[in-house]
Amino acid sequence: MQNQEKQSGARGWGVFIAWALIIGILALLAFGLLDANRGPMKIGEPALDFVLHTFDGDQIDTSTLRGQVILVNVWASWCTTCVYEAEDLERAYQMYRDQGVVFLGVDWSDTETKAHEYLQRFGITYPNGPDLGGQIYKDYRVRGVPETFIIGPDGLLASMQIGAYASLDEIVRSIELALEF
Amino acid sequence: MRKRILAGLLAFLILMMLQSTLAVGAQEEQPTDDEVNAIAKKLYCPVCENTPLDVCGTQACIDWRAEIRLKLSEGWSEDQIIQYFVEQHGAQVLPEPPAEGFNLLVYILPVAIFLVGVWILVKASRTWRKPAEEQFAAPQVERDPYMERMEEQLRRRQEDA
Repeated sequence: MQNQEKQSGARGWGVFIAWALIIGILALLAFGLLDANRGPMKIGEPALDFVLHTFDGDQIDTSTLRGQVILVNVWASWCTTCVYEAEDLERAYQMYRDQGVVFLGVDWSDTETKAHEYLQRFGITYPNGPDLGGQIYKDYRVRGVPETFIIGPDGLLASMQIGAYASLDEIVRSIELALEF
Repeated sequence: MRKRILAGLLAFLILMMLQSTLAVGAQEEQPTDDEVNAIAKKLYCPVCENTPLDVCGTQACIDWRAEIRLKLSEGWSEDQIIQYFVEQHGAQVLPEPPAEGFNLLVYILPVAIFLVGVWILVKASRTWRKPAEEQFAAPQVERDPYMERMEEQLRRRQEDA
């Protein structure tokens, strides 16, 4: 009698573990599929904070910049379309740097030597740094470079540009929109 | 005067020889394409997915190979270079995810799924076998008292005869 009870107890645990495993695997698959198909970020979505380790050796934590507009430009030196907006981004930075707008360049899948050459070539002076481990690329669900995210003072995504900006005016319009946010 | 010219020429020749020796030494330190590709084939470019770095023709891959060459010439080991690329660009540059943290699931899950599958099969096969055993086992017929009496009488008659 006791043996039978023990056997049925063990069987119960076995069934429980098997179901837990099956449900766990299905949940993981579902999570993976949902995550892979989330698509680009949406306007109004909270922008995840990150720490940028700049090429100059500084660390910029975006969580400390709440209340300011942040423009995050994801680029790479080998990217052929990034060059179209590089000088305009620098001009926009010069226009807005005194108005509390923070510009951050995130260099993705690049080499430091080439990144420095690129920054020098276009005279870019705002803080730039590598996307270590590709984390910012993942967090912001970037699909390719260049992509630019403008985060409002409330930490929500105010504007997004997939591909290069066509002109300085386009950048200005996006920043003004974020300033009004 | 002639001695000075000769000494100057001699010094110049020695300098030239030293320079050429140093140049050859420097050339020897330059890593070969094979050395670069030996590491490049262990890395994948995230820009062009599933393409090893040694056969990838994009500018990003060309830059990365140049970076490998630079690190090799600076005396970095293969492991150090691979580790550097993982730190810079993430574990997706590796052909297989490292067996640590959440990635462990990649290695554990297939084994777990296999074990659960075996367990389900074993359980199922037991339930399949039961009816089959019941089908082929000798039927348990209850002894009929009337038939027993009949058989007893027949046996007696046979003995009497």
